[in-house]
Amino acid sequence: MSENKPITRLLQRAALELWDGCYVNLGIGLPSQVLGFVDPNIFPFIHSENGVLGIGQQAPREQMNPMLIDAGGAYVSTVNGASFFDSAISFGMIRSQRLDLCMLGAFEVDASGDLANWKIPGKFIPGIGGAMELAQSTKKLIVLTTHQDKYGVSKIKKTCTLPLTAKHCVNRIISDCAVIDVTEQGLLVREIAEGLSKAQLIEITDAELHFADDIREF
Amino acid sequence: MKNKMIDIRQAISGIGDGATIMVGGFGSPGTPFTLIDALVEYGSKNLTLIKNDANEAHIGISKLLESGQVSRLITSHLGLNRHAIDKMKNEEIDVEFVPQGMLAERIRCKGVGLPAFLSKIGLDTEITASESLTTIDGEVYKVERAIQADFALIHAEVADRYGNLRYNATAMNFNPLMAMAAKQVIVETANCSEDALAPDAIHTPGIFVDQLCIMNNLSKSYQLMEHHIHV
Repeated sequence: MSENKPITRLLQRAALELWDGCYVNLGIGLPSQVLGFVDPNIFPFIHSENGVLGIGQQAPREQMNPMLIDAGGAYVSTVNGASFFDSAISFGMIRSQRLDLCMLGAFEVDASGDLANWKIPGKFIPGIGGAMELAQSTKKLIVLTTHQDKYGVSKIKKTCTLPLTAKHCVNRIISDCAVIDVTEQGLLVREIAEGLSKAQLIEITDAELHFADDIREF
Repeated sequence: MKNKMIDIRQAISGIGDGATIMVGGFGSPGTPFTLIDALVEYGSKNLTLIKNDANEAHIGISKLLESGQVSRLITSHLGLNRHAIDKMKNEEIDVEFVPQGMLAERIRCKGVGLPAFLSKIGLDTEITASESLTTIDGEVYKVERAIQADFALIHAEVADRYGNLRYNATAMNFNPLMAMAAKQVIVETANCSEDALAPDAIHTPGIFVDQLCIMNNLSKSYQLMEHHIHV
């Protein structure tokens, strides 16, 4: 669990997107940490593309099964009602839009909802994994990302510069600074981090921002 | 009835240079570590491997990459294996990245006797070449061709002497798909049931299994990996 306050705020906010009984895939990176912030009275069904629906918290050591991991390699438990299946069925669930929600990380996301999160040419080419199918096929895609990269460069772009994972796929962006919806009119800021002004948010964002009339702090 | 039981070394000795091999597993679960170790020892060269990922350094198919036995790798992801990334960068191996669900479905496609299917996955990305596109009812699709292999290496939790298989939890992943898609299917298991498995408990029917290898000792690779435990 992160000690970093802005990241904790991001994860807490992201956890509010889940509801009891929802089917959700939490991607590797920030999304996979969301489960630790979910209201204990809410029981989402966590899908992991390696073939399990109904992931619980990390298993206690004595109960860990070397043959039971999530897509990030963590030894997880399962909840009541969980199921195992092969990779074709797992991605069949994804492509046929059975999942209510998917959260993915991003290298870049842009004003038209394009997502780049699989390749930085010449630097980082780990492969695609399940990202293209999750991005392209899920009913609602929420991107979780720090607002800026470690060099202070905005990750929320006018237009993505890196190779795309999928076009027009992102519905909502939750960063450490804002909750932003991707709309036909562009990026609409719904919530802004406590203590941050609109002017400051505009300053650190490459993409053009619109602000909702009923904008709230989080 | 044909006896499918075979010694591991004997089974692996059928794999010649230049073979195309599907290898089960997503990360460690379902990876047939013992069959892979036997293939490293046997030394076949110029292999094409089809596996979801490249395992991690020094285990699983990474041993085949590190020993220089692999010329081509068809995979969805190899981010957990710096050796594989280095070999790709240095062009020591040719890597083809396939979206994970497309990889699974292209393998399944071969296994169910179909040559190809259509999909929109990756359509607007650099992985899609224009010559692979087709139009049906005004909609553009990518033609995804079935993938076949000479061999499949499979890890099963339990088998019976008929070749029926069951998998453990997320060790299922690509194993049942690959078991349908290769010409020669070699299975490792530590548990061969004296009695036939219950018909309604079977994940892979024995008709798909050619050779069944019983493992007497499980290497450390099948145990929990300490660096993945964060408690």
